[in-house]
Amino acid sequence: MNDLFFQTVWISIKLASLTTIVLFFAGIPVAYFLTYSSFRLKVVLQAFVSMPLVLPPSVLGFYLLIAFSPNYWFGGFLDHYLSIRLAFSFAGILIGSIIFNLPFMVNSIQTGFSNLPVSLKDASYTLGKSRLTTIFRVLLPNIKPALLTGVCLTFAHTIGEFGVILMIGGNIPGKTRVASLAVYDEVQALNFDMANKYAIFLFLFSFGVLLFIYSVNREYLKWKRF
Amino acid sequence: MEEILIDLQVRKKIHTNNGVEILDVSLTIPEYGLVTLFGKSGTGKTTLLRIIAGLTQPDSGYIKVGTETWYDGKKRINIKPQQRNIGFVFQDYALFPNMTVKEHLLYASPQKETRYISELLDVFHLKGLCNRKPGKLSGGQQQRLAVARALARKPRILLLDEPLSALDSETRQVLQKELLQAHRDFHATTILVSHDIEEVSRLSDFVYVIGNGKIRKEGKPGDVFPKPEITKELQLVGIITAIEDNILTVSVNGTVMKIPSTVEEIKDLKINDSILFTSRIPDPKSQIPHLNSPGS
Repeated sequence: MNDLFFQTVWISIKLASLTTIVLFFAGIPVAYFLTYSSFRLKVVLQAFVSMPLVLPPSVLGFYLLIAFSPNYWFGGFLDHYLSIRLAFSFAGILIGSIIFNLPFMVNSIQTGFSNLPVSLKDASYTLGKSRLTTIFRVLLPNIKPALLTGVCLTFAHTIGEFGVILMIGGNIPGKTRVASLAVYDEVQALNFDMANKYAIFLFLFSFGVLLFIYSVNREYLKWKRF
Repeated sequence: MEEILIDLQVRKKIHTNNGVEILDVSLTIPEYGLVTLFGKSGTGKTTLLRIIAGLTQPDSGYIKVGTETWYDGKKRINIKPQQRNIGFVFQDYALFPNMTVKEHLLYASPQKETRYISELLDVFHLKGLCNRKPGKLSGGQQQRLAVARALARKPRILLLDEPLSALDSETRQVLQKELLQAHRDFHATTILVSHDIEEVSRLSDFVYVIGNGKIRKEGKPGDVFPKPEITKELQLVGIITAIEDNILTVSVNGTVMKIPSTVEEIKDLKINDSILFTSRIPDPKSQIPHLNSPGS
């Protein structure tokens, strides 16, 4: 019983960590583009990025499930040429979770970029520095609170994810069952003790993450007068 | 005859508070000169500076610097700001909050020449502040750092966008002297944007007055801003702070005055209006007699 608990919690943490790492590196260029590009159609990308905020997770899960199914072209292609089946697998819920958490990472970083005076970027350019040097030496170091917020929100939100994972993962114990699904499962089986264990873990964990973000950001703002 | 360093002719549609205007300017700037673009805010001075720096692209025209072409609308040449040998001092200074004073200069200096950096720290009185970040510097120190950083690259052209406008008048006067000194020491052709007549007269040797996107006047500061005639009249500009019965209360540079007037004179005036009033100067008194001062 206890083994299963730790296994489930471990899958939750593994999923959240991988989602956060992938989104951290993918989120920075996307947020940079959305903040600084003058490309006209960037609102379309902005809308896509923010879609998971308003879309029911079951809808996203449904379409991803269809896409992953070997009966349709994308899933069929993966199955036929690469022998990969994403439906009901850990890789599948990871992809779903990355898409679903896109706004939490990208919007946080984007807010960080937009709150910086544009003149910082201009100043670095007039000092002869390339775009990459400017990003790594000037822009990113000055939006550390936003980066931290993006990382923590993404991590905590993945831990609490339910709908998408249920749709794509199918709630397979030891494989795609995560803590948030386990609560539901245990209640269905009238195992209130077990459900309570998972629930307490999720409650304390989420609270801890938010407490961490707010206290670190507060210290940071106190220490650095912007 | 001085050599022309910058020769430009640009056109750009700009959005100002008064709607869309066309910035249409052609001017030349001599090598080692200190030239001012003067005008009210929202007339395109800053845009022109940004166009020279390559931060804003004009709609058409050309910018030639020495033998190089930095921009040519017809030939589709537009050199990136990184490749233009300039130093830019922004109105908000644009200091990097994550870097200390010394890190700013190291970042800006391409060869990391420690001797030159320490010279800059000396000239701008920043030596003792090497390890401070901008958040821990006063306004004047931030401004000095912004100029020092711009010079760290040894630019051929130094662009200053209202560099002293955020400072109090005392600090401003000290920094005006330092700017002049720096201009002499570091031999950068300098373009200053300003709307302060006193500052322009003190610093620059040539002025372009820009209004509504066009050059309205050009010349030496003494010719562009005529000196007022010597009269026995005192002219003051003040802001009305109160109107009571027939008494106007006017604040002139922080000094509050009460001025008696007639109902007819003040019927169109409101609080916060600026007014110009003249008065005959009374004979200056060399001494104010002390009444009942002890010991006399």
